[in-house]
Amino acid sequence: MTAQPALSPPERETLSPPAEADLDLLLLIRHFELTLLRLFDKGRLSGTTHTCLGQEYVPVALKPLLDEADFVFSNHRGHGHFLARHAEPYGLLAEIMGRQGALCAGVGGSQHIYHHRFLSTGVQGESLPVAVGTALTLKGTGALACVYIGDGTWGEGAVYEALNMARLWRVPLLVVVEHNGIAQSTPAAAHMAGTVAGRAAAFDIPHHRTTSTDIGHIRAELAPLVAAVRRDSLPLVAEFATHRIGPHSKGDDTRTPEEIARVARHDWYTRYARLYPEIFEPCDLRARELVERVAAEVSARPLSVWEGP
Amino acid sequence: MTRVSAHLNGALHDLMAADPRVHLLGEDVRDPYGGAFKVTKGLYDRFGDRVRSTPISENAIVGVGAGLALAGRPAIVEIMFADFAALAFDQLVNFAAKSTAMYGRPVPIPLIVRCPSGGNRGYGPTHSQSPQKHFIGVPGLHVYELTPFHDAGELIAGMFATERPCLLFEDKVLYTSAMYTGGVVDDLFRYEIVGGVARVFHNDDPAPDCTLIVPGGMVHRALSAAWELMLEQEVICELLVPARLYPVPDLPGLNRVRHVCVLEDGTEGGAWGAEVARVLHPRLWSTLRRPITLAGAAASVIPAAPHLEREVLLQPGRIKNVIMEAIS
Repeated sequence: MTAQPALSPPERETLSPPAEADLDLLLLIRHFELTLLRLFDKGRLSGTTHTCLGQEYVPVALKPLLDEADFVFSNHRGHGHFLARHAEPYGLLAEIMGRQGALCAGVGGSQHIYHHRFLSTGVQGESLPVAVGTALTLKGTGALACVYIGDGTWGEGAVYEALNMARLWRVPLLVVVEHNGIAQSTPAAAHMAGTVAGRAAAFDIPHHRTTSTDIGHIRAELAPLVAAVRRDSLPLVAEFATHRIGPHSKGDDTRTPEEIARVARHDWYTRYARLYPEIFEPCDLRARELVERVAAEVSARPLSVWEGP
Repeated sequence: MTRVSAHLNGALHDLMAADPRVHLLGEDVRDPYGGAFKVTKGLYDRFGDRVRSTPISENAIVGVGAGLALAGRPAIVEIMFADFAALAFDQLVNFAAKSTAMYGRPVPIPLIVRCPSGGNRGYGPTHSQSPQKHFIGVPGLHVYELTPFHDAGELIAGMFATERPCLLFEDKVLYTSAMYTGGVVDDLFRYEIVGGVARVFHNDDPAPDCTLIVPGGMVHRALSAAWELMLEQEVICELLVPARLYPVPDLPGLNRVRHVCVLEDGTEGGAWGAEVARVLHPRLWSTLRRPITLAGAAASVIPAAPHLEREVLLQPGRIKNVIMEAIS
């Protein structure tokens, strides 16, 4: 057993032609976050940000598998999760920039957003027990609680406390693990003994691991499993072997250029661009222009106002 | 007479009967066990799955309670011993308390975390603490303590009404005492509730020589000292017993104070009394004869052997000495 996610050979995986709506969303997330990094470089953003460059396809693939009544819990790396759930780039950027129209008045910022059944927090593993509590109230309704965590999150005891309860009490909980093989700067081989699969098995929780980055393929794999979470009211751990092609936050990537180049080969962006230029290029242009408009408009807004605690 | 634990149990029964949204969870809370101190007795038999015995996972238990609260189900969590609340610090401080404000608008988190606390039972260093002070001054987190004067049902309703996470400390020795009713404490003392604070005073309500501000678990030891001071020294003490420890509420009767002592079971240093003094000093500076006196448990672990434990925790004898020294 190895803790390192087996790398899917991206050159050999044929990506099926993307639906335009999926590609639009993928590209919205990508350009939104590239814009964040640019704004940081220009000194226009404060604090920190964690981008999901390379991982955008995970929430995009899950989007149609989640229902309006579901509750989504996200983490520090949550812009993609949010935009896939609520296509509100203006509100999100306003939140990150502390401008009027912010989702949470600029109090939460990048990592702490609560908006229409989407909630993110900045402490690793903290949302899993909360999601179990919320899922208890969804039991039998057909709705579920979905929690995004990373491979690094498995270092937290809260994860195990929550998984134990989730299985004991049979709650409809979908745990999405974005296993990008690196926790900030520490590779999985140095922070995780055993595997995610082994840990899920210890709790008798169904586990599914996918190495695919093909949205249609992922949906076909997961649809019956997610349906079972709703129908049988049982948790599921859905693990994605994925690749973070950007830094943990801003310019703090300590990986070698060779390693970064290796993970970048998995990037859906360059692969779609190469395989389907006729679909890709107009979508890409559209997304760039949209995000430029969002950035220009939000940057010009007055500062956000907080009514106070 | 009704014992404090039975009174609290009755309040929980009434609450769960009145509001079907309310859930309760904690270790060993289901019947027939009914909780380590029997405070949840009969709730599972009556309310079924709304009462849930949990694995030994304090952090996640509080997190689940917060998740229920977030989804509109007021939740009561029992931490078996207050000492173990340390295991839930992240969920309490970083999630439940912050979530009420950090999303830019008030987010209701109706969550009560009950913590049986205090020593004088010989349980030793990790089962005897009064860790209230570790939760004082956390924005969004309110800290309460059960008293023999306050109606537990009203207290719980008030905590839920804040729509914020609340810690309720419950002194384990207090559980076995009787609730006071009808404004009478004993032959010497009466009480009244003013603005959520119990004021305990001599029958003819004279101006006190010393005002003792004490949490519910300290009431009997403070009263014992007050009796002896009256009989032996003709020193008149008045007690103020707030059910809410933080934020410190408006305290009644301060217009006639001469000296104030804050007594507590927490260890000395960064204690609740320091917070009370911080609030009161600016208000009373011109009338106090001397700085507010703080007295608590010694800066020590709490030993298991009763003769050693007695030395560390605040007892009536030391309370008397502290008061006499302060007013001399």
